[in-house]
Amino acid sequence: MSDPAGRGVVWLGSPAFPDAARDALKDTQLRANLKRATSTIRDKRLAVASELDDWEELRTSAAAIKKRTARHLDHYLVQLEESVTAAGGTVHWASDAAEANRIVTELVRATGEREVVKIKSMATQEIGLNEHLADEGITAYETDLAELIVQLGEDRPSHILVPAIHKNRTEIRDLFAAEMGHWGRPAPDGLTDDPAELADAARRHLREKFLTAKVAVSGANFAVADTGTVVVVESEGNGRMCLTLPPTLITVMGIEKVVPTWTDLEVFLQLLPRSSTGERMNPYTSTWTGTTDGDGPAAFHLVLLDNGRTDTLADTVGRQALACIRCSACLNVCPVFERTGGHAYGSVYPGPIGAVLTPQLVGVENAASLPFASTLCGACYDACPVKIDIPEVLAHLRARVVEQARAERRTPTAEALAMKAAATVLGSPALLGVAQRTAAIGGRALARRGRIGRLPGPLRGWSDSRDTPAPPAESFRTWWRKNRSQKEGER
Amino acid sequence: MSSREAILGRVRAALADVPVDEIPEDVPVPRNYRRAHTAPGDDLVTLFAERVADYRATVHRTDETGLTDAIAAALTARGVRRLALPRDFPSALLPSGPWTWHREPLEVPDLDALDGTVTLAAAGIAVTGTVVLDTGAGQGRRALTLVPDHHLCIVYAEQIAADVPDALGLLDPTRPLTFVSGPSATSDIELDRVEGVHGPRTLDVIVVDPTHPEHP
Ligand code: SF4
Repeated sequence: MSDPAGRGVVWLGSPAFPDAARDALKDTQLRANLKRATSTIRDKRLAVASELDDWEELRTSAAAIKKRTARHLDHYLVQLEESVTAAGGTVHWASDAAEANRIVTELVRATGEREVVKIKSMATQEIGLNEHLADEGITAYETDLAELIVQLGEDRPSHILVPAIHKNRTEIRDLFAAEMGHWGRPAPDGLTDDPAELADAARRHLREKFLTAKVAVSGANFAVADTGTVVVVESEGNGRMCLTLPPTLITVMGIEKVVPTWTDLEVFLQLLPRSSTGERMNPYTSTWTGTTDGDGPAAFHLVLLDNGRTDTLADTVGRQALACIRCSACLNVCPVFERTGGHAYGSVYPGPIGAVLTPQLVGVENAASLPFASTLCGACYDACPVKIDIPEVLAHLRARVVEQARAERRTPTAEALAMKAAATVLGSPALLGVAQRTAAIGGRALARRGRIGRLPGPLRGWSDSRDTPAPPAESFRTWWRKNRSQKEGER
Repeated sequence: MSSREAILGRVRAALADVPVDEIPEDVPVPRNYRRAHTAPGDDLVTLFAERVADYRATVHRTDETGLTDAIAAALTARGVRRLALPRDFPSALLPSGPWTWHREPLEVPDLDALDGTVTLAAAGIAVTGTVVLDTGAGQGRRALTLVPDHHLCIVYAEQIAADVPDALGLLDPTRPLTFVSGPSATSDIELDRVEGVHGPRTLDVIVVDPTHPEHP
């Protein structure tokens, strides 16, 4: 795992997106799984979102709450710290991944334990906590079924919501049979690939961990500044197990997860499940405020993580990415993600949100290909429950990549040249007309049966993984001029 | 400098575009959304029952006089015998029969050895089909409704809020809250929904409603 610029974000940016995507596109099984997953969740989301005739008003409120929070983040963080402390919790501040990992390690050490149970958490994935704990001799057990599959397979998540969607039931069965025994209770003999049986094997395997673990690590979906309440949204109950059974709970959350008031949750708890799993409400939502005598952990630690977020906040266009509630709706509507899957993005944050968040967290110079991993079709913006204008941020980051590259060397990059050429042509109707006519003639000359295979020269990267439809014999502009002028002539 | 000061300093530096005299309330938060996605006069109890059932939970309706029989019928249907009970669960509601009742305090391994649990609730949410537990009267601590495989939850009609905003307004955020919408579920294996991974695999809800006596 590389760590450019010592940012401490787990980032596997090599190979760069175009190369990783090309490999992913060759994997027809992956493409079929993804297509089924994204279209199924997309349809469910549309159905339950359309039940609420004030969906747009909810989005507007959510975006406004996030904007208020971002513009006064220092105020709300201090308020959150006070409320959590008053309720019996302890707050820690971590500038980067290394510091967060160190804090968690010391907290675990202080309990004398060498094992922790974990709820799926993007923040801890981002900082590579499990790997760090392993280096320190502490085993972290992922307890979400999909995360368990990913962990047993020494794999990486491919989707925010369904991290193991790239695996088939048979692969999961084989994995359980081969690996569970190394981590604890082995899979039962004769395990079949029936999902109910597989889930039951996971239940048995993990139950002994839940019942004996003394320390749990979680993320947080929200933390409420005025009350100090932390919120975890989940489906399986593994979250509830971790949050209530072990005597020590350590929660790691990005500083952007704070919301101002308890009342604000009425907006997010309506938007998140519907946008994420396409349910009116996810099976379990847990909220806790500090510690409660005789119920749940006796010690609660909240680690507030910066790790590049303040840099993101400093970019007045890019900061809106911090509003993300990790629902994954933008992944499921993205034509690029649907074909490449999450691995190609090289980051724990895949898809459209990954394409804008990762470069900001690791520095655009270290993830220069990601802002280009999009068609700018705008579907992600329409789907986003907190109205993050992802295409706007993408275009903004593309410009930053180009500027950065130009500043670094005298000779302009291929992107800069292409953008410059495109700008010249698009800016001049006459040149555009010529270009379109040339493309139409040249394109038809290259095409076989209406498809063009590999394109020559710099366009190869595009045509490697897809057939390009032959350009139409006449451009839309030509057609429009002809038909409009005919119509106008008729009048 | 501590990391706390460093992070807060970086946040302030990053927000150089925010006028120094701007206060949070200067950033407007419009709240033009609805308080509830129901119409006045809607039958919230029926809506709640339908939406809970949508999650593949089983819903029973009864009035107060039929409650004990309804509990007995639900437990019989599930074949559960050894049941965990919150410390303050009203004894008067318990049916007599083949059941053994184990009152809190119970250690987690004891809970794990029981078949199920019977509790009251703090609130219901009609539009989302959600039961809310706040560990208050008759609900027990959180482990009680989590570890045993079957949860039978009793919700009174007057506890049912129309929608999420009203429900949150009624609840006390200083208590640990659990919002339960159907049994534990996963869709992680080829998106096939499987009920029950770690939480209770079966959820029964009895709605106590004086206007809809449907005795078992
Ligand atoms: S960017 Fe928006 S749509 Fe995408 S995961 Fe975040 S909140 Fe969801």
